[in-house]
Amino acid sequence: MEKTVNQKAWFLVLPVLLLVAFSAVIPLMTVVNYSVQDTFGNNQFFWAGLEWFKEMLESDRMWDALGRQLMFSGIILAIEIPLGIFVALNMPKSGFWSSFCLVLMSLPLLIPWNVVGTIWQIFGRVDIGLLGYTLDALGINYNYTQDILAAWITIIVMDVWHWTSLVALLAFAGLKSIPDAYYQAAKIDQASRWKVFRFIELPKMMGVLMIAILLRFMDSFMIYTEPFVVTGGGPGNATTLLSIDLVKMALGQFDLGPAAAFSLMYFLVILLVSWVFYTVMTNLDKKGM
Amino acid sequence: MDWMAWTGPTAIFFAVIATLLIIFTVLAIKFPETPRTGILRIETTRGDRLFITLLGSAFINLAWLGIIGTAQPWALAVCLIYAAAVFRWV
Repeated sequence: MEKTVNQKAWFLVLPVLLLVAFSAVIPLMTVVNYSVQDTFGNNQFFWAGLEWFKEMLESDRMWDALGRQLMFSGIILAIEIPLGIFVALNMPKSGFWSSFCLVLMSLPLLIPWNVVGTIWQIFGRVDIGLLGYTLDALGINYNYTQDILAAWITIIVMDVWHWTSLVALLAFAGLKSIPDAYYQAAKIDQASRWKVFRFIELPKMMGVLMIAILLRFMDSFMIYTEPFVVTGGGPGNATTLLSIDLVKMALGQFDLGPAAAFSLMYFLVILLVSWVFYTVMTNLDKKGM
Repeated sequence: MDWMAWTGPTAIFFAVIATLLIIFTVLAIKFPETPRTGILRIETTRGDRLFITLLGSAFINLAWLGIIGTAQPWALAVCLIYAAAVFRWV
């Protein structure tokens, strides 16, 4: 007979709930109120019903931003996950150099987002930046303020530079937890390097990799600061990701109603992914991975 | 409360959610339960199923608004069917 679940301990988090109510829940409720009304300022509101939601669902602007956002998240995941695993596989497993690598790799993770943006913004400039100047001197036409491809490459390389370490550190932790006996057994069976990776290392890393994928997806899906500092969403709207577009709409144009509807839909997607994240994590915990 | 720009419908919306949360809290205290594994192959309690229902309902309403676009109350009927299915099988 299984034990029944007792949820009464949740009452102990009531004080936190009160704090969160003031900092998050009440503002969110306000957003819901804004999303069904129109305002011209002066705190005067007019009922609009589901108008803004309909407008947003039919607006190319939001779907385009969502498309760019998914493309961005997809590309950085496709680069960062394999690259992170590759780095982790090639790191020294113990001793001084192992600690040295760990510290070196943590460094990008410690830099604040807007500083990362500024670093790459200057690094890529053709007049004073090392990268931009070198590429220009080599005769390669690189200008992230005018060329869409250059802008995309810049923000993707920037994200890879900033966050691959996280994947590598997680993968490294996963690799360290594999007992030696597995490798010895593989050696006895004369398994190739690829087979060791495919049938021992990859399955044993699955838990942490899942966390890495979900963390990176969430983070990149909500990214604002770095691309905003580097490209400001341009050239044109080429790198206007969801959050950048949302801020433009809410604070730039002061279209509170549409922006509220937009942010609620954005929030729903984030909520869905967070739930998947939480469920996968707790299920992995139960399996003891 | 003026700055929050309350309207009747949004008040009802939040009141329904708050009532549901209170009902499920009381239920969880009065009738403790064992989590079960449904078609999603994850362990769920009543609270989990309520969350899945509410989140799914939001997406159903948006899909209805985007694809059909009229007679929004019928989306609510779909949500109720969805809720029944979630509580039965998930």
